[in-house]
Amino acid sequence: MPMNIHGWGRYPRIEADVLLPQTNSNCARILQDTPSCIPRGQGRSYGDSANATQVLQSTYFNHYIQFDASLGLLTCEAGVTIHEVLDLIVPRGWFIPVTPGSSYVSIGGAIASDVHGKNHHGSGTFSQHIIEMQMMLASGEIVTVSRAQLSDLFAATCGGMGLTGMILSATLQLMSIQSSQIEQKTMPASCLEAVCAGFEENKGSTYSVAWIDCIATGPKLGRSLLMLGEHAVTGGLDMTPQKPLNVPVDAPDLLLNQQFIQLFNTLYYQKARLSSSQQRLSYGAYFYPLDQIANWNRLYGKAGFIQYQFVLPSAAGVQGLRSILKTIAASGKGSFLAVLKAFGEHNTNYLSFPMAGYTLALDFKVSPEVIALVQRLDAMVIDMGGRIYLSKDALMSEATFKATYPQWEQFEVVRAKYGAIGKFASQQSKRLGLQ
Amino acid sequence: MKKILIIGASSAIAEAAARIWAQRGDQLFLVARNADRLNTLVADLRIRGAAEAIAYPMDANHLERHAGMLDAAYAGLGGLDTVLIAHGTLSNQKECEASVELMVSEVTTNAVSVMALLTLIGNRFEAQGSGRIGIISSVAGDRGRASNYVYGSAKAMVTAFTSGLRQRLHRSNVSVTTIKPGFVDTPMTASLKKGPLWAKPAAVAAQIVKAMDAGKSEVYVPGFWRWIMTIIVLIPNRIFNKIQL
Repeated sequence: MPMNIHGWGRYPRIEADVLLPQTNSNCARILQDTPSCIPRGQGRSYGDSANATQVLQSTYFNHYIQFDASLGLLTCEAGVTIHEVLDLIVPRGWFIPVTPGSSYVSIGGAIASDVHGKNHHGSGTFSQHIIEMQMMLASGEIVTVSRAQLSDLFAATCGGMGLTGMILSATLQLMSIQSSQIEQKTMPASCLEAVCAGFEENKGSTYSVAWIDCIATGPKLGRSLLMLGEHAVTGGLDMTPQKPLNVPVDAPDLLLNQQFIQLFNTLYYQKARLSSSQQRLSYGAYFYPLDQIANWNRLYGKAGFIQYQFVLPSAAGVQGLRSILKTIAASGKGSFLAVLKAFGEHNTNYLSFPMAGYTLALDFKVSPEVIALVQRLDAMVIDMGGRIYLSKDALMSEATFKATYPQWEQFEVVRAKYGAIGKFASQQSKRLGLQ
Repeated sequence: MKKILIIGASSAIAEAAARIWAQRGDQLFLVARNADRLNTLVADLRIRGAAEAIAYPMDANHLERHAGMLDAAYAGLGGLDTVLIAHGTLSNQKECEASVELMVSEVTTNAVSVMALLTLIGNRFEAQGSGRIGIISSVAGDRGRASNYVYGSAKAMVTAFTSGLRQRLHRSNVSVTTIKPGFVDTPMTASLKKGPLWAKPAAVAAQIVKAMDAGKSEVYVPGFWRWIMTIIVLIPNRIFNKIQL
């Protein structure tokens, strides 16, 4: 029975057969019977990277396989979410070494997107903490993949958007913690130069991220709150379970209008400027503030939204960011939530997104004007040598992709070698001209 | 720490219940047909905190194996105080209408094997003078409907059987909880179109564990199904015969 599925941005949508393997042999049989499909986890990437007319969903691959609590080594199936992993490991003094802004992503999805977090400058991406994984190739064969074994397949699968095969399980090196709490320090920055300088000065901080006001213009352009975080050493390993609030229905179109966002941004900035700059938060409140609001994606109404995330290399510098922020502010399409982060070095995976420089993520409610704006922004990003995050993308052209992910050809060679061409394909991979 | 036997342990609802018990640190004896799936469950539940997790592959339709399985559960866990019977198949109504053989086999799986197990377990718990038994029946057993009356009548048999067993065992301090789930999003129902009445296995399992802890007689999960089924049961036949359900 086909279902209407979509990513977290609820744009675009597709009618799909959702295939739910329960065992490896079941999964192999589905692959045999299905001409083409895309692996899918929790549907938390924003655009169409897990959209296809047939999706191979990891829902029932949700078991732990091995946990060594003395070494912090966890092996689990790919459908387990980071949220569930944290429930298991935090009370025992371990934490996930790299986490995206939502805990409701699956481990398989985190690998396929090679997600990054607020500690990218120090810890790199998620896949850099994977010891090895098991995956099923198009043929149904199960292989073990690591940096030492089938290393080309490992490099293609990490960040490979599910286009190389189905990740079945993974072994992850966890990081040790003494407390479940985070010490947060908030520093207001009056303009873009100030926040970029703040990132440079605080490279030693474990976590750093800035909330940026995309609507402010003139001398206030880029005004931000830089938020630094460290794992606390006291406070114990208690979990504070919270029942998330819910957005039960699509919000009316008027809710997130320009005046409202402007008002919110100003109040938010002033509040932080006035209130204390040191705070102790639960890890949930620090890393996953939006997880506290179930279905927050409905706030953008029925049409859905696009999360636009790009990175500009260090060479493009503050000037590059400034020109893009000006374009966004001038468009009047500024977003509610905009997040700025200084990345560390890129890794060797073919399609991993991060590179040394600045990344900015913002939400746009879908409209024809926004689609045109994104095209203008794409052009600026290419010019400056940057690129767009595939896990957020719903609109990028084939030309933009191939110009900004120069290793796409090697990626295709590896896919061909392991029989993935044609077998694993998504709405996104077709749009980007991958075979 | 409880000593819990789960039959049909690889069903989504039973697995979700097992995770709750594992987190509490209980001991689990898991019965299902597929040995590989059982091994996956055992490793997972131990990591989640189960003090013990033992796999016992068995097809519940092999009635002659029930007594041996029960002995193994008592031996493996050093006793038994809780049982959840959760195995079953969602019969294809159209195929059951066309085949007597299939209809009989569906009734065997969903009713006869359950009653056979309950006969042995009921006697053991009666003798030990304590215990909690949970049985997954279904809202489908409350009234036969054209769309799935073979499955429904098997579940009706389970509901009636457990009602009687409950009455009999009441004086022996054994609780028998008849569980009637509505639509639950599981592999068993993967091919059905989902809507707002559908519940997730984890939520359903939490209600089941709570009801069994409290020794409830009969629960609808989620609870709103009590009202839906009350209405369905009250519809007069002359109207019921003309509508599609």
